[in-house]
Amino acid sequence: MRMRIDIDKDRCIGAGQCALTAPSVFTQDDEGLSALLPGREDGGGDPMVKEAARACPVGAITVSEED
Amino acid sequence: MTQSTEPPPLVSFPQNRSCPYHPPAAYDTLRAARPLTRVRLYDGRPAWIVTGRDLARDLLADPRLSTDRTRPGFPVTTPRIAALRDRRPVLLGVDGPRHRAQRRMMIPSFTLKRATELRPWIQEIVDRLLDEMIAHGPPAELVRSFALPVPSMVICALLGVPYDDHEFFEEQSRRLLRGPTAEDTRDARDRLQEYLDALIDRKQREAGEGLLDELIQQRLQEGELDREELTALAMILLIAGHETTANMISLGTYTLLLHPERLAELRADPSLLPAAVEELLRLLSIADGLLRQATEDIEVAGTTIRAGDGVIFSTSVINRDEDVYPDPDTLDWHRPARHHVAFGFGIHQCLGQNLARAELEIALRTLFERLPGLRLAAEPDEIPFKPGDTIQGMLELPVTW
Repeated sequence: MRMRIDIDKDRCIGAGQCALTAPSVFTQDDEGLSALLPGREDGGGDPMVKEAARACPVGAITVSEED
Repeated sequence: MTQSTEPPPLVSFPQNRSCPYHPPAAYDTLRAARPLTRVRLYDGRPAWIVTGRDLARDLLADPRLSTDRTRPGFPVTTPRIAALRDRRPVLLGVDGPRHRAQRRMMIPSFTLKRATELRPWIQEIVDRLLDEMIAHGPPAELVRSFALPVPSMVICALLGVPYDDHEFFEEQSRRLLRGPTAEDTRDARDRLQEYLDALIDRKQREAGEGLLDELIQQRLQEGELDREELTALAMILLIAGHETTANMISLGTYTLLLHPERLAELRADPSLLPAAVEELLRLLSIADGLLRQATEDIEVAGTTIRAGDGVIFSTSVINRDEDVYPDPDTLDWHRPARHHVAFGFGIHQCLGQNLARAELEIALRTLFERLPGLRLAAEPDEIPFKPGDTIQGMLELPVTW
């Protein structure tokens, strides 16, 4: 299943919880804000993506499923 | 004749723990009253106390709850906190755009990537301290020889604060966080501020290497930070950077030594360590009492938190919500301990949490690897620990091996 992952960088506080929970998909950019790893924009089938969104303390990550 | 219908008196908050890693028995009433109930603070004022994990996550992320302790009526849980209300706070204590600007300046130094890069260097510090402790023992007092110096050395180097001054700032932190009187707290705060002001002066004349130097060059000189903010940031990072992690190392060690079967499992399989650290964070909940104030009416859990009401988050109670963590009083790292609120939640979630996790993993793993025979050198219930109105942890930890 493909996923669509949206990161609200304006809301992000750089806690790094996404990168800790799903390190194969999320990283932090030079400013420390949440970013998707190149080639992993669709979640790469990682079952932890939804957990990563849930771990975000400010709800900056939205995950939706695409067919 | 009317029968008294007075409700039972409110539980007072905070209270001292009787076992350093369990919440006080008096909080059982709070634990039963999920997700929200009332407590009485030391000054006699009532406040809401959040006790359910899901509601805690919702409310900690709710912009209608402020951390600005200069607001009239902001709830205070100790006279010490009241004593610190006369200065403009930074980071924790500020909301809105100013908080956002301050936090964004700090984030790049505290990312997961940065913490991972620092691991070999943290390992060197841990190794060196254990070499010294082993050379001088057994026995040893673990707080002084290990639990405190590990995070103290780490935060000093990160900030660019000379570690040679550690006795001074550790003592002022101690007085600030658990001094005998509010006057003592304010005096410690003032001395630390004087010290950091002088340090920043020196750094302005001659730049060193550290986050403070970067902030001076990139933010102070550009006008993005004012001098008062910079000093206050230095203070909060210095204190938060060593006190909290030191308490987790000392109390985590104590807890593991009292769970020999769990400890044996961890020694046999160090890959369990990240999960063990997460479970210790949940179980120990050392920062037990996050403070907020409602800025408008909030309808929640069938009741209304009124604008101006104080709202306290007891992390030790929230992190033992049995609807989320079955058998919550048991140390069990096979449970998913995720989504605990030991580091808070919302925009103020701990800035240093990635660094803290790295320090805790390295410190605990290396301590138990190097000293397979490590054990307490006193009766467990005779070892002094911190009172309930400050960050929880051991005052001393006599060990032998």
